Amino acid sequence: MRLITHNMLQCHVKNCNDNNFPLRLEEVEVELVEADFQADFLRNILGKLEWEALVNTAVQVGNTSLPATIPDNAADNEEFLKVLHNALLETHIQSGNMVCPNCQHVYPVKDGIPNMLLAEHEI
Amino acid sequence: MIPTPDLSHLSTSDYRNIYEPSEDTFLLLDALEADEKQLKELNPSVCLEIGSGSGCVTTFLGCLLKPNQPYMITTDINPLAAVATVMTGKKNGVSIDTVQTSLVTNLLPRLHNSVDVLCFNPPYAVTPSEEIGGQGIEASWAGGVDGREVIDTMLPFVKELLSEKGIFYLLLISENKPAEVIELLQGDGFNAHICLQRLAGREKQFIVKVQR
Repeated sequence: MRLITHNMLQCHVKNCNDNNFPLRLEEVEVELVEADFQADFLRNILGKLEWEALVNTAVQVGNTSLPATIPDNAADNEEFLKVLHNALLETHIQSGNMVCPNCQHVYPVKDGIPNMLLAEHEI
Repeated sequence: MIPTPDLSHLSTSDYRNIYEPSEDTFLLLDALEADEKQLKELNPSVCLEIGSGSGCVTTFLGCLLKPNQPYMITTDINPLAAVATVMTGKKNGVSIDTVQTSLVTNLLPRLHNSVDVLCFNPPYAVTPSEEIGGQGIEASWAGGVDGREVIDTMLPFVKELLSEKGIFYLLLISENKPAEVIELLQGDGFNAHICLQRLAGREKQFIVKVQR
């Protein structure tokens, strides 16, 4: 899974309703896979991202290139879009754990696939 | 014409654990292909498929939309299906992220009104209710009473997920009472109609197309 997907996932353990996003990465194995750069797509997806979560998550996998806030000229700032492209679409979490910051539930990632299923009593 | 995705990496033994693309799958592909122009003009950013199985449908959609590459995300409760979906995407040059989860759990509220193309080939077979809830191949077909139990669980999420311009493609069979499903969707303020239908043996299959 790419970081864009991590940016869409939150904990859904019963009664875990606050501070349940973003899931903290632990012991993750990261792979960088080159992808086609699409400026238009990045411009369109920008409004759907939780920016702070993305920045913090990128830092957790050693990528410190994202600015703390989205630049005002983001849509025309190719340098920014390239950095975003690399973090969002080329950075894959192959294995490891994602931990809820609130209830500490651990969601494992294996073969690049996050397992978000809960046991019956957790739903 | 968009070719059916290359599935040569999957074998008979894989299809013991994941749903093998069949007439229903191909009907959904045909519905997408018939809408090729509209889907390209839509210029989707986010495409979501629920229960992606082999990954055939989302991979096909990804190929159809090229050179644009939207964010393709799929879910499946079956871990082997999740792996197959990612592999099928890779084999055909489509980047797909797959989440092992039930329907769309975990993706809301983040994908709220964000999905431009939503596809669901549900477990539509009429079965005893007890057969629902597994994580193996039975999850791909067991639909409970009228084959509607999983479909009806999913329907309320459509208005949460679809973007303003979004399109939802849903496969149904006559036992699912398509007219009733369409009415439910219309009750949520959608335009919904049957855009394609076909007889597969004794099974009458429909694609319902849903928009705001």
